Amino acid sequence: MAKISLIVNGNPVTANVDPRTLLVQFLRENLRLTGTHVGCDTSQCGACVVHLDGKAVKSCTTLAVMADGHEVKTIEGLAADGAPLHPMQEAFREHHGLQCGFCTPGMIMTAIDIVHRKGNELDDHTIREELEGNLCRCTGYQNIVASISAGAKAMAKSDLA
Amino acid sequence: MYEFKYHRPGTVRQAANLLVKNEDAKVIAGGHTLIPVMKQRLASPPHLVDLSHIEGLNTIEMKGRSLVIGATAKHAEVATSAIVGEAIPSLASLAGGIGDPAVRHRGTIGGSLANNDPTADYPAAVLALGATIVTNKRRLKAEEYFQGLFSTALEADEIITKVMFPLPKKAAYVKFRNQASRYALVGVFVARRPSDVRVAVTGAGSDGVFRVEAFEEALKKRFASKAIEGIEVPAEGLNSDIHGSAEYRAHLIGVLTRRALDAANAKG
Repeated sequence: MAKISLIVNGNPVTANVDPRTLLVQFLRENLRLTGTHVGCDTSQCGACVVHLDGKAVKSCTTLAVMADGHEVKTIEGLAADGAPLHPMQEAFREHHGLQCGFCTPGMIMTAIDIVHRKGNELDDHTIREELEGNLCRCTGYQNIVASISAGAKAMAKSDLA
Repeated sequence: MYEFKYHRPGTVRQAANLLVKNEDAKVIAGGHTLIPVMKQRLASPPHLVDLSHIEGLNTIEMKGRSLVIGATAKHAEVATSAIVGEAIPSLASLAGGIGDPAVRHRGTIGGSLANNDPTADYPAAVLALGATIVTNKRRLKAEEYFQGLFSTALEADEIITKVMFPLPKKAAYVKFRNQASRYALVGVFVARRPSDVRVAVTGAGSDGVFRVEAFEEALKKRFASKAIEGIEVPAEGLNSDIHGSAEYRAHLIGVLTRRALDAANAKG
């Protein structure tokens, strides 16, 4: 077993884990943060995307021990319970950016990462290119793209990063 | 995934010692090849030595007339580095086209080269630009480094520390991506170097990355897509699979080389 200490959604967490534990397993099974999903488990679909030190990564292809000493943010960390949603979450709600919802946490975490890297004014082509690593099996991309475009603009006026 | 022990050395020397001490130990940095392979139980190293916390191992800098990229520099860092963008823009754009944004936040140049996947992008750049792979033990020329499918000159306790790229006069990389995996079905890197011209192909060769000497000869006289018109690449020795036949890949090598030449010349 390996002892790890990291920050998850702003809270310090310490745990003993088997080194082969994937970050996504650790989040879901140890911390019960089940918003992060396992879709393909082969780093292609992006349902498992979380932020590691502020950057979008696939938590199914990252070991929990590799996150030792680092900071992780999951979909649960975007807005406090009962508080208003993060502007990107709100945009997905407003623009029907989800159908079954399975890919949504990964889509939203990726979307926020896109805004961090590319700014608040995103054209549809850029959004589609940047969604390379996120799959929606409902194929509801049209509204996902519309949601990200609106969410990116809304983030400019929000305190939530 | 089978059990393993995880090590996080603070220096390359410590990492090398761990490799010597623990037989069959594997080096990990971004983990974007090794972890999937371990999940499929195609690899079961009893020890993992994580290089990602060794300070300075991801440095990108100019040294004399060479661009030097540290082994743990991530694809996203190479893609967005102003130094790379200035020195070898084709290398920055190659890095920016690997996998997807999340993969680029983890995958490293050293990992890609140590793995030497026959469809990886970096080997084409390293071979075409005539880069030198620097390890904790020695310096390896690109030609001696790549030794076939997933096979390199690296010894069991040898660690890539950096890659030195001499600056080309002109260069470009064009790849034809597999629609599903986004790996290169064929990728061609062309480089006009001060002394010669190199054309390196990834994705197509059944023995990994290789150079197309017939193209290079013709391009030495004239570095333009017209110069290689009519020169056929033989399909022999190329991959044939559900994604494309060897003949199709041979055809693509010609098409992509011409596109890469046009792109290299368009950049001025």
